[in-house]
Amino acid sequence: MKIGVPREIHAGEQRVATTPDVASLLIKLGYSIAVEKDAGAAANFSNSAYEEAGCEVLASADAVWEQSDIIFKVRAPEGGEEGKLRANQTLISFLAPGQNPELLKQLTESGGTALSMDSVPRISRAQKMDALSSMANIAGYRAVVEAAQHFGRFFTGQITAAGKIPPAKVLVIGAGVAGLSAIGAAKSMGAIVRSFDTRPEVKEQVESMDAEFLMLDFDDEDGTGEGGYAKLMSDEFIAAEMALFAEQAKEVDIIITTALIPGRPAPLLIKAEHVALMKDGSVIVDLAAETGGNCELTEPGEVVVKDGVTIIGYTDLPSRLATQSSQLYATNLRHLITDMTPEKDGNIVVDFEDEVVRGATVCRGGETTYPPPAPKLSAAPPKPAEPEPAPVVVEKKPSIAGPIIMVAVAALALLGLGSVAPPEFMAHFTVFVLACFVGYMVIWNVSPALHTPLMSVTNAISSIIVIGALLQISSSDTVIMWIAAATVLVTSINIAGGFAVTRRMLEMFRK
Amino acid sequence: MISAGIVTVSYIAATVLFILALGGLSNQETARRGNWYGITGMTIALLATVFGVVTEHYELLLGALLIGGTIGIILARRVQMTQMPELVAILHSLVGLAAVAVGFASFMDPNKHFVGIDLTIHDIETYLGILIGAVTFSGSVIAFGKLSGRIGGNPLTLPGRHLFNLGLLIGAIWFGYQFVMQSAAGGGLNPLIIMTVIALLFGIHMVMAIGGADMPVVVSMLNSYSGWAASATGFMLNNDLLIVTGALVGSSGAILSYIMCRAMNRKFLSVIAGGFGTGGGTPAAAGSGEDQGEVIAIEPHDTAALLASAKEVMIIPGYGMAVAQAQHTVFEITRILREKGVNVRFGIHPVAGRMPGHMNVLLAEAKVPYDIVFEMDEVNEDFPNVDVSVVIGANDIVNPSAQTDPDSPIAGMPVLECWKGTVSIVLKRSMATGYAGVQNPLFFKENTRMLFGDAKATLDEVLKAL
Repeated sequence: MKIGVPREIHAGEQRVATTPDVASLLIKLGYSIAVEKDAGAAANFSNSAYEEAGCEVLASADAVWEQSDIIFKVRAPEGGEEGKLRANQTLISFLAPGQNPELLKQLTESGGTALSMDSVPRISRAQKMDALSSMANIAGYRAVVEAAQHFGRFFTGQITAAGKIPPAKVLVIGAGVAGLSAIGAAKSMGAIVRSFDTRPEVKEQVESMDAEFLMLDFDDEDGTGEGGYAKLMSDEFIAAEMALFAEQAKEVDIIITTALIPGRPAPLLIKAEHVALMKDGSVIVDLAAETGGNCELTEPGEVVVKDGVTIIGYTDLPSRLATQSSQLYATNLRHLITDMTPEKDGNIVVDFEDEVVRGATVCRGGETTYPPPAPKLSAAPPKPAEPEPAPVVVEKKPSIAGPIIMVAVAALALLGLGSVAPPEFMAHFTVFVLACFVGYMVIWNVSPALHTPLMSVTNAISSIIVIGALLQISSSDTVIMWIAAATVLVTSINIAGGFAVTRRMLEMFRK
Repeated sequence: MISAGIVTVSYIAATVLFILALGGLSNQETARRGNWYGITGMTIALLATVFGVVTEHYELLLGALLIGGTIGIILARRVQMTQMPELVAILHSLVGLAAVAVGFASFMDPNKHFVGIDLTIHDIETYLGILIGAVTFSGSVIAFGKLSGRIGGNPLTLPGRHLFNLGLLIGAIWFGYQFVMQSAAGGGLNPLIIMTVIALLFGIHMVMAIGGADMPVVVSMLNSYSGWAASATGFMLNNDLLIVTGALVGSSGAILSYIMCRAMNRKFLSVIAGGFGTGGGTPAAAGSGEDQGEVIAIEPHDTAALLASAKEVMIIPGYGMAVAQAQHTVFEITRILREKGVNVRFGIHPVAGRMPGHMNVLLAEAKVPYDIVFEMDEVNEDFPNVDVSVVIGANDIVNPSAQTDPDSPIAGMPVLECWKGTVSIVLKRSMATGYAGVQNPLFFKENTRMLFGDAKATLDEVLKAL
């Protein structure tokens, strides 16, 4: 089958849906590839590079659409592209089917198949196809670069001959993929980074990146929604949140907001009064500009200066790092296609049994298949950091009756023993029980690294059984004498061998 | 000839020294001193017995001691560190053998003078001492065979093996009863011999039924048995030193077995009952984990580049490292990386290898400093900061399905979470499953690279590339 890659026609869009490197891997899967002329030019992939990789370069978009069985795109079809899809053709791109019912209708009516990269279910197996995460990662990184571009100072603190430079303070709101990426980028440039998120479980992730996690004194509200996204919060929570932002706004130099709730306008977090509180020269980067913005003063697609604060509302941050984002997106696509090509023969199979393919497919054969049925609970639980301690642990807690019966039986057995045994035996028995406890106490402290030497030394010590043989060796009975002599021989191998090998091992342990 | 009082005092001194010896092994700084305490204690006990109790046959005694001691020292010098589990197992068998011999000799002693309840108790003690000794002996010999590869490592699962074990147990009790009855009448040798055979069979069958990866439990369990055998002999001979020492060793081995079982999230009984089949560990259980996608292979050269550019490296050795004798190469790589400022650490799973602490001994032999060798619990939280984890010949101990798949035979077993790091490199000979027969989803993860081939050969290439 032939995969076609038309040039993106959205204004300012610089990405391309496949790169020469990825194309050559797709060709190995059995596909042939047609690329529209200059499709990769904005992302620094030349026509000749595609040709070298084995692609065919076609002069017009129409030719690509007509000749191909599968179309790879980045942006959803627009400006006439919607009508080009035909039956028996498969389109794979970002489609946002929830937000674009019109487009979905039109694609359905064409009779073709469309897969939306933003509908790939968030399960662990599909992570390699998660283009939203790839793009969010890039957006987070780029947000810091944009902020640095508009910020008049260093990020890192320095003491120089010309005076002291304080480090920049960055607040990242929303610690999802984009937020964590922004934290990492800002941190590596030397800034002091703080982060806020309504989901308490990301605290660990934030702290693992060496940033400070800001907490609200709110006990019982957990903002974790479905699929690892955040959910809408209560009014009291939002009030407390606002107070926190007001306090932080006075202090920080840069705010990067990444808060999104799926299927809803972005939550309004930074109000005009917060912006007014910020120092002149501060920067706000609003990654949610496309869905309305986390900041009240954001103008989508624009950079504006309000109250001395630069507010960046670019909606095309991944496109501004086009080479990188094309590469990641192309790889995500390739993983999806690889999964859909079970025979590796260049023929795509839309298998609705496959949870990932089912989730991504929005229409097929004239039927709308969006939204997909709720995914089966994925292999990755929502909090993979805390594995379920598994059913085995449950088994380990039998009713309290078990130990009680055990103790009772042991006590009865001891009583029975005590009632018949002579005092001499009981004296030995006392020593035995005490020795067991001493052993128990002593051994618990042994470090695991020394378990092998411990075993060899206890082995040598247990050869104390030689005493038994020594008691018998003076016997007048020759049989007993010889048995005892053999025992002495055997145990002395053990004594010498055990201690010597322990010594040898311990000599090796060194700092 | 020294007086009985002096002998007793010497025994007390020996007991204290033995306790100090075990206590000394609790950490590396005091471990060597601990060993010397043990040697001193043993010497004192031997001297006191020889001069206080033995009256005749000194030349025989001396000869046996010298020959045995020489053999022991030669063994200890010659043994390779990778063969330590075998050596420990065979040494355990000697303790078992000694317990059996002492038991029989004591039974045949014409000078014994017990009557009534004393005789019954003495007979039971003798019987138990021989029983435990015989199980220890045959079990250790089989364990030795399995560990040294002379016997296949797969669990032998006879049909109705639990019934067989039960039968042996009932037989042992029945003949015990017969023995006590006949002994009271002056006989009893026959039931004693039959019981010994039963115990030997039981030991063989028990260890045959246990699979290779459960060997750490078996070795520590046999360690424990050898202690109990000594203790039972002590009861038989009315000797407190034997009782105490045996109890110390017995409880030490029991605790080790418990620690090993906990590290595998297995119950002691289910290990002893043998086989992995009981846990529902058929390949079908891996159902949800099938079709996991492709693995990504890597070349030694690229591995070297990855290691050189990393800041935090975690090496996770397993039995495969011991088999390939790769520990010296691992140390060379570690040394070079540390010189370059890479923080290389080792993460050791409690049941890695075939014996408790096996990996630590191997790494120590290769001169890896022990302060960069960590236990699982110490390093597991650090994995998110680790750039490269190198898994050498380990499988089940790094299997994420222990945490994610409740149906997995190894569900709930603590594992090293290397997949939380940036990249894991897994050295393996092939894609075969580990001991538990479970496919390992780690191999299919995005951030895992497979380095196929013999661990030693591939690591040598990595070393060259560095």
